[in-house]
Amino acid sequence: MSSKPYVREMSKTTWFLSQPRYKRYMAREVTCVFIFAYTFLLIVALARLAQGPDAFQEFLNALRSPLGVLFNVAVLIATVYHSMSWFNVTPQAMPIQMGEEFVPGKIIVSAHYGAWAVVSLIVLFLGV
Amino acid sequence: MSELQKRQIQLEVLRYNPETDTAPRYQTYSVPCLNEWVVLDALNYVKDHLDPTLSYRWSCHMAVCGSCGMMVNGEPKLACKAFIHEYGDQIKVEPMANFPIERDLVTTVEDFITKLASVKPYLIPKSDQPVSAGEFKQTPAELKKFKQYTLCINCMLCYAACPQYGLVPEFLGPAAISMAHRYNQDSRDGGRDQRQEVIATDEGVWECSFVGACSEVCPKHVDPAGALQQVKVASTIDWYKEHLMPWVKK
Amino acid sequence: MAKSNKPIFWGLFAAGGTVTAFVTPVLVLITLFAAMRFSPALFTYEYLHAFAANWLGKLVIFGIILLSLWHAAHRLRVTVHDFGVRADTLVAYVVYGLAGLGTLLTIIYLLRI
Repeated sequence: MSSKPYVREMSKTTWFLSQPRYKRYMAREVTCVFIFAYTFLLIVALARLAQGPDAFQEFLNALRSPLGVLFNVAVLIATVYHSMSWFNVTPQAMPIQMGEEFVPGKIIVSAHYGAWAVVSLIVLFLGV
Repeated sequence: MSELQKRQIQLEVLRYNPETDTAPRYQTYSVPCLNEWVVLDALNYVKDHLDPTLSYRWSCHMAVCGSCGMMVNGEPKLACKAFIHEYGDQIKVEPMANFPIERDLVTTVEDFITKLASVKPYLIPKSDQPVSAGEFKQTPAELKKFKQYTLCINCMLCYAACPQYGLVPEFLGPAAISMAHRYNQDSRDGGRDQRQEVIATDEGVWECSFVGACSEVCPKHVDPAGALQQVKVASTIDWYKEHLMPWVKK
Repeated sequence: MAKSNKPIFWGLFAAGGTVTAFVTPVLVLITLFAAMRFSPALFTYEYLHAFAANWLGKLVIFGIILLSLWHAAHRLRVTVHDFGVRADTLVAYVVYGLAGLGTLLTIIYLLRI
């Protein structure tokens, strides 16, 4: 045993700046702020929908502003980063053993991206 | 046969002598290396020819004993697996992050040892069987289910990489929880409930936020991050069973 | 050491993370198009009102919003800690409180359609 072990301090606020992988982690975590904000936007949209066609049109008009576009672009970047980081780790969190072997991660991940594309296309063309 | 490429490496090593120093300091050694060497070879050259006072742990020199974990250019590495050809002519060597420094590159690892022991990392049979009952039988599929997690060499690089362990020293950590998972997944074992007492706590698996650095640095590809997420899933299912169906006996 | 109550929040976080991963990008694309005046057929009062008037539609909308809220809230709790704030209990009340508020509002508005 040491007579005097030395403890190196770790900054609780800037630790993630020291390595690229920590920065990527924090970028992933921060996507939740955008998704949280966007969900409240959806709740506002729901409120306006409940109030009637005029209220909903007002909501649409408010959305059609530079801020509205900027906000949606920011959320889009965040949510796509969330989706990709989520799908990429799914095989680690939920491995599937079939017989003796595990289903290769690439197959699980591709299936997710495929389903993502299908769901997105369906929703995009709903009502058309 | 062509000559092996010689390289002069500046090895910047974090030194600390608890008997004389108040804080660590860097010392640079100029080491004649071969490009095929590993950082451990360079350290051994320093100790043999330049500075016998340099202290560090090592043993097998082939990435199976887990002794020589250290930070090489800020990245948790086994010194015997950090190849000189991967680096430029300046290499910084420091003791593993998130552990107290005992002396030079030697860290105090008691915390990890205690935590590893706390998860009961041994087979706890479902029921007591006499030797006459014969051996445990296991299919290849049952073996495959936990085989990956048996490869851990307790090198603690995952603890050096894990920011949550750095920020919250009470955290059980990747290797300990993976080892619990190794036994939980073993068809011969019946000790999961006992291990959950330690695993299913705030300082257990729930401190993990899936940074994933542990799996990135693991030299044996154990994927502790994956193990921990699987433990979270199982623990969540447990929680719902306990709270929604308390009449179901474990 | 007592067993944690994190599982209940983590379960919602995981389910919400999966739902948002599949569905949120296209929703954002739709609102982005709407903001750029290319309103997709989906994002009109007529279509949305008809969708939400239906009980199955209500369930889908509620499911998506509920899981998005509780996913983001739990991740935000962890993120705030990662940024160095050491007041976990207070932060938990705030983020889950917000998620709870959002959940309540969603129910109220859906019942008005």
